[in-house]
Amino acid sequence: MTVTAFALVRLRNLFAVVMLSGIFSLLAAVLYVVLDAVDVAFTEAAVGAGIATVLMLGTLALTTGVVKEAPRKPLAALLIVSLTGALLIFGTLDMPPYGDPNAPIHHHVAPRYIEKSGSEVGPPNIVTSVLASYRGYDTLGEVTVIFTAAAGILILLGGRRRPGKKRRTAGKTGG
Amino acid sequence: MEFPGLFNYWIAVVLMMTGFYIVIAQGNLIKKVVGLNIFQVSVFVFYISMSKIKGGTAPILDEGIEIYTNPLPHVLILTAIVVGVATTALALALVVRIRDAYGTIEEDEIGKLEQEEET
Repeated sequence: MTVTAFALVRLRNLFAVVMLSGIFSLLAAVLYVVLDAVDVAFTEAAVGAGIATVLMLGTLALTTGVVKEAPRKPLAALLIVSLTGALLIFGTLDMPPYGDPNAPIHHHVAPRYIEKSGSEVGPPNIVTSVLASYRGYDTLGEVTVIFTAAAGILILLGGRRRPGKKRRTAGKTGG
Repeated sequence: MEFPGLFNYWIAVVLMMTGFYIVIAQGNLIKKVVGLNIFQVSVFVFYISMSKIKGGTAPILDEGIEIYTNPLPHVLILTAIVVGVATTALALALVVRIRDAYGTIEEDEIGKLEQEEET
């Protein structure tokens, strides 16, 4: 998965980039299954690998397919990135180790969800009952976000002029 | 410390920095969006790997199972994935509009066009 991500940095052909990001999403879904998060894996495979790839292909069809120039000032960017990464890794040294049942995250509300959701809400899948019942407001907010995004896309693309009429070409201005 | 230890966090950090690098070093707007996606996935991996308990199973109630993986991060990430795709779609729509207005999706060329307009 990390290798795929690194390949994404180097590639110039945008079609290959989009396909690779689809593969990246699928690998992430496999990783979620290994980590016991089956619901998340479903969503990632359907939404992340499916819908996002289709959206990007649609954008490619409306724009161009090839990245033109080499990345700018890669040295400064590399420096910033490795500094941030080193800081973050320094931060992880205080984190509980992987799979530790005593980590603070497992001792707040999660035990209550696991014990009571079967009798209080019903469905055997705890993720479903938390999503739809205990944290229903989150889901309402999510729907609001999607609605806003859809409205924004419609505003941006709905009033598009006919292509070619007002569009300026990059070659004419020597770009 | 045995093998997995903090390794899961480091993978998340490496992925996150890869996405960050794409966002700041690449001039192409679609590649920037892909970089943002990688950044997002790294955060998802971070959350999901925190929720895992050794010896636990998927959080689906069944008889005879004692340890369940923590379901709460799963719920948060489910929401986050869908919201992430919505924002990606909005970003791509913006890219299409920029292409309509400037005829290019390279950051440098857009900057040049802006400068020429000013002079």
